[in-house]
Amino acid sequence: MGSNMAENHPVGFQWVMEARERGAKVIHVDPRFTRTSAMATKWVGLRAGTDIAFLGGIVNYILQNELYFEEYVKSYTNAPVIIDEAYTDTEDADGLFSGWDPKQGQYDVTTWSYEGMETHGSAGQREEGFSPKGEQSGHGGHGGGLSHGEPPSEDPELTHPRCVFQILKRHYARYTPEFVAETCGVAVDDFLYVCEALAQNSGRERTSAFCYAVGWTQHTMGVQTIRSAAIIQQLLGNIGRPGGGIMALRGHASIQGSTDIPTLYNILPGYLPMPHTEEYGDFDNYVEANVAPTGWWGNFREYWASLMCAYFGPHATEENEWLFEHLPRIDDDNSVYWTLEQMLEGNVKGYIIAGENPAVGNANGKANRLGLAKLDWLVVRDIVEIESASFWYDSPEIESGELKTDEIATEVFFLPAASHTEKDGSFTNTQRMLQWHYKAVEPKGDCRSELWFYFHLGRKIKSMLEESEDERDKLVNLLNWDYPVHGQIDEPSADAILKEISGYRTETRAPLSSYKELKADGTTACGCWIYSGVYQDGINQAARKKPHWEQATHVAPEWAWAWPANRRIIYNRASADPDGKPWSERKKYVWWNGEKWEGIDTPDFDETKPPDYVPPDDAKGPDAIAGDHPFIMQSDGRSWLFVPQGLEDGPLPTHYEPHESPFENALYSQRANPRRQQHKDAWWDPYNPVADEEGADRFPHVLTTYRLTEHHTAGGMTRSIPYLAELQPQMFCEVSPELAEQEGLEHGGWATIFTTRAAIEARVLVTRRIPPVTVQGRLVHQIGLPYHWGVRLLTSGDSANDLLHAALDPNVHIMETKGLTCGIRPGRRPRGKALQRFLDELRSYATEERLEPEEARKT
Amino acid sequence: MSAVMQPTGEPAGFDAWGDDQHARVGFFTDTSVCIGCKACEVACKEWNLIPQDGQEWTGHSYDNTGELSANSWRHVAFVEQEKPLHANGDGTTGLRWLMESDVCKHCTHAGCLDVCPTGSLFRTEFGTVVVQEDICNGCGYCVPACPFGVIDKRHLPAPDALPAFLGTKEDGRVWKCTLCYDRLKGGHEPACAKACPTKSIQFGPLDELRQRADERLAKLQEQSWNGAQLYGRDPDDGVGGFGAFFLLLDDPEVYGLPPDPVVPTAKLPEMWRNMATAAAALLVGIAGVVALGGRK
Amino acid sequence: MTTSYYGRPVIKEPTWTWEIPTYFFTGGVSGASSVLSTSAKLFGNEKLSRRALYIGAVFDAISPLLLISDLGRPERFHHMLRVFKVTSPMNVGAWILLVNGGASNTAAVLELLGILKPVKLLAELVATLFGPPLATYTGVLVADTAVPVWHEGRHELPWLFGASAAASAGAAATMFMDPDDAAPARRLAIGGVVAEGTLVHAMELRLGEVGEVYHKGTAGKLALAAKALAGGGAALLATKGRKSSAAATLGGALVCAGELCLRWSVFKAGVQSARDPKYTVKPQRERAQQNGGSKVTTLPRNT
Repeated sequence: MGSNMAENHPVGFQWVMEARERGAKVIHVDPRFTRTSAMATKWVGLRAGTDIAFLGGIVNYILQNELYFEEYVKSYTNAPVIIDEAYTDTEDADGLFSGWDPKQGQYDVTTWSYEGMETHGSAGQREEGFSPKGEQSGHGGHGGGLSHGEPPSEDPELTHPRCVFQILKRHYARYTPEFVAETCGVAVDDFLYVCEALAQNSGRERTSAFCYAVGWTQHTMGVQTIRSAAIIQQLLGNIGRPGGGIMALRGHASIQGSTDIPTLYNILPGYLPMPHTEEYGDFDNYVEANVAPTGWWGNFREYWASLMCAYFGPHATEENEWLFEHLPRIDDDNSVYWTLEQMLEGNVKGYIIAGENPAVGNANGKANRLGLAKLDWLVVRDIVEIESASFWYDSPEIESGELKTDEIATEVFFLPAASHTEKDGSFTNTQRMLQWHYKAVEPKGDCRSELWFYFHLGRKIKSMLEESEDERDKLVNLLNWDYPVHGQIDEPSADAILKEISGYRTETRAPLSSYKELKADGTTACGCWIYSGVYQDGINQAARKKPHWEQATHVAPEWAWAWPANRRIIYNRASADPDGKPWSERKKYVWWNGEKWEGIDTPDFDETKPPDYVPPDDAKGPDAIAGDHPFIMQSDGRSWLFVPQGLEDGPLPTHYEPHESPFENALYSQRANPRRQQHKDAWWDPYNPVADEEGADRFPHVLTTYRLTEHHTAGGMTRSIPYLAELQPQMFCEVSPELAEQEGLEHGGWATIFTTRAAIEARVLVTRRIPPVTVQGRLVHQIGLPYHWGVRLLTSGDSANDLLHAALDPNVHIMETKGLTCGIRPGRRPRGKALQRFLDELRSYATEERLEPEEARKT
Repeated sequence: MSAVMQPTGEPAGFDAWGDDQHARVGFFTDTSVCIGCKACEVACKEWNLIPQDGQEWTGHSYDNTGELSANSWRHVAFVEQEKPLHANGDGTTGLRWLMESDVCKHCTHAGCLDVCPTGSLFRTEFGTVVVQEDICNGCGYCVPACPFGVIDKRHLPAPDALPAFLGTKEDGRVWKCTLCYDRLKGGHEPACAKACPTKSIQFGPLDELRQRADERLAKLQEQSWNGAQLYGRDPDDGVGGFGAFFLLLDDPEVYGLPPDPVVPTAKLPEMWRNMATAAAALLVGIAGVVALGGRK
Repeated sequence: MTTSYYGRPVIKEPTWTWEIPTYFFTGGVSGASSVLSTSAKLFGNEKLSRRALYIGAVFDAISPLLLISDLGRPERFHHMLRVFKVTSPMNVGAWILLVNGGASNTAAVLELLGILKPVKLLAELVATLFGPPLATYTGVLVADTAVPVWHEGRHELPWLFGASAAASAGAAATMFMDPDDAAPARRLAIGGVVAEGTLVHAMELRLGEVGEVYHKGTAGKLALAAKALAGGGAALLATKGRKSSAAATLGGALVCAGELCLRWSVFKAGVQSARDPKYTVKPQRERAQQNGGSKVTTLPRNT
């Protein structure tokens, strides 16, 4: 679901094909019948944006029909835990959880906590009195922290009315097959097929897996969609077991790596939170806020100290608290769309774009290009001159006259980049696996790798600031920057950097084997604690290339290296029962042999901790986790069906309509995610009227965007290559024959698709693969748009993402690209002044902030 | 180099290679596992340095390549149908999307090879059919002689074509899949087979592939796949069996392939005999017409 | 409606350009002219013999130039003679043209110069023997392809091309002769036209559905033009060709034009039959069905 694996991960998809050949059922639930659907045993076409309803229906089905894996649920999840008596559910408050503050537009989560406990901040969690704005709570998937290893209040029989299990049952009671059919536009039989298939294929002897991608995440309720799958998989006992799990199909070869060694503003390597200006007065305070009393986040101080030693070498010491007071802090949400807002207001001086094309790839393309035009300077590094670098002379706004080249003051530096074959380095893929790649050829001309750029940039800045007396330049001078370089262009050694990331003893430079060896006393340095061990024994483990047919088991651990510690399935202690015996012979993975844990993978558990270990009351860190609790990163060692802390928009997923949709919420007056981020008073982000609002009939269709195999994201890598461009040489839209007839669209002709943000044109591909669906008693059409095109390069065209709004998921600030509304009409789009008039007329219906009925009632 | 067609299943002239002889190799393209990714098209172009074939959106599902040609040696066809994959109606979807990576069949009896007047097209030691580009003079005879419409003339400019003032800017020669002859000589599999992520394109000794294909067909029948059939596997067909054969999920013509192809050369002996008679008749006829009636 | 892949052709149409159908005509003229020349000499018409000899030689010289011009790599024309290959009508034809052309031009030059009479006679003999093959092999050439209307016309095409050659040779001769000496040529032209017309009809009868291309599009127009021009020319020759030099010339020219159109109509018909997939698919599917399935398809057992 929420993905198109065959098209976007064709090489990885071979394993799905192999599974299919061995009899696995492959089910694809997607608004479109894609190349993945063509390979599937079953395709179910649902309305874009209704995944939570569908998945919630599965949860309900499992609970009502008692198809859950009872022993697993009782022992390994927080199903038995009793929740605070002040907690109320969306079912009680017409779509809102307890703690909703309409003035602030956010939740106070104290009523979601476990009964009798003060939930404690996890890494990145806000504390009381701490402004939550901008800080992503619980980022990195490690959830909140509990003060003790065991919750004080639980019912092992799962009957207490306030235990998580019963709360779950009540919460999902209305997600009946009929509700799913009505909301998602699917046939009851098709939905039941999926439920049955999953249920039959789970338990001791069998496991089922989910694969998802941005079809789930790029929604204003994206995180909660993944949570829905997490609930299903926990109920069915599919986490931590071979053939189970929830696989995130990441968007390109190393997106996983880009969050592990982050390119996100608010995290540091290994998901350590960036220090925030508020309430982090000193280092101890910071650690206190982030260390978990129990579980592996208990060693937060060790991870932090080692990172600082990697950054600053001997300058960072225990005495000076690892230079904490000198570190830069974030004070706000600095995410992409927040930054865009600042750019539009003229508050951003300079911007570096590296290997990305926001003028095409970001939501609300026009706003992005207008934002770039407000910068003083812009650096773009890419292998070809992309739209983000050329906006000042060829963007659609130049064509329409909204921007004029000689009035744009932005100084643009385009620096050519080396491609992946022209540099050493690693990719970290969807499986957390680091795979090393070697340089095959020297980069041509002025093309340079990322490493080269940032290393030499840092080197030059350091030398420029060498003599500076300024306090704020001190840190730069203390940076440990002596990486070896080689070759004609002084390329920094990627190998040396990997060694640093893996970690070493500061005195001897001896490589570390794992994050367990990290210390908070300056004797270890480690660039990323979760990657620690990738250079174990002084060998680049990520460069191992022993094919699976030469290895003993299908786990094939000697191919490359996965974090943490080369574990291929995390939480794999869950593959054994509470006594340490595998749930079945067929699905055995790791087990307790009487003295230690062993198996066909590295056990994700304390090697010598017996299954019957009970932590003493004062136990700390990993020692506070019991021997029969596999989820060691959680402070209670259990998986969380109910999330007491860590998420902005609820402890449980709830069906909300997308920010823009033709329908009211069938369950609640609260139509869409109340906590979603909207750009209040933002002239640049108008919203389509929805449901029964005036003007909604101008945007009656559901729009979804996606990728094709033949092109890559915003097109810089592929639209410039002739033999790739010719495979998909033009921007097109996919419409059903019914929609084509209704709107007068001709196959092979042109269509104009529009929202209050923009109007674009595309060739018309009439196909049965994107059928209309019947929702709440009426037919709704869906339109599909690939988003690869921009104004330049060999194959050019209008950008689909110009149509998108920038309302975001509140947890991760991700835009909603997968389900919104639009209108369509035949013919090419208006240009120049006519375009302006066309959009002005549409915008007369727009709202700048969506007031939900709840809020509208209050104002 | 014998060029006379032989009636057996062995490629003409194949056994003339003696010491160099290898087991005959080819492709088995199993379209039941093709995901339509076009890695085969791209890998082929990259390895063989094939120029682009025109940036033209066809609107024919996801097929913008259109057909095999001098500049497309692998072509992925897409056919959308309102028909389920499996005939037994077990929770299946009513749509299916056929995808097929088409390629030169490297026929046992190859029309292109037979009619080539310069000897440019020849049978390699691997049993494959290859154009020697330094010999081809672009007569174009092979183009209509192929029952599958594979081989074609390249009209794009060539690096070594004569100067423009002599009027020949075009490459002018014919091009087609070589089954990566250079890679075979190096002990590697062809680029497309290597790139194919799902092993839709399988490369190997032909008899091994045929066996595998038979097993695959049996398995698909067990699972009630609609329309499953092998195309070009039988050595008794009109071209003596394909060196690159297929598992299809519908009739060949659905994919643009001929339903009962026969190599034109099959009728050549009788054509020569017919011509001999006609020539004789012409000789006698003209003489007769002149003889009768004298000067007037 | 025959199933096809988005209406695309199954086979590739010939890439040949105007030179090729024109060559069919010129090769036909030269091939038949050799025979006409020798026959005329045998039966005492020296003037006709010499005229036919020169006509044949000139057309024999033009023919290779046409063929070379059509090549994608004209500078490599001699590669045609690297091998002798009976499975390739084009290869065999290249040799035939080489021999016939060499012989006819040798004979013509020797005739002009008036020397080496025995050599000239030998050359004439060779040209005469190779003439009919030259005039008819092109029928095999086009039939030995996958082009439906050509391959299915394989029984008639060599005969058709031979008859057309005869008509053209006769007509060409009448254009450049005094009518008094041209009677055999006239008879040949008229007889050739009649034979050619009959063979066209016979071929269309046997062709079935694919024969409709001779009545559609450019091929259809050319076929009609061929009938009108050749028929008109033959009629003119038959009625006025004996008396009037002008009529003879015009009549001969019309027949030649008509036969040129005939060659072009065959060429275009081929192209048209290649373009529409139904001409390839339908007969093959029918044939497969009649035979209880074709061997190219292996179905699962018990299907």
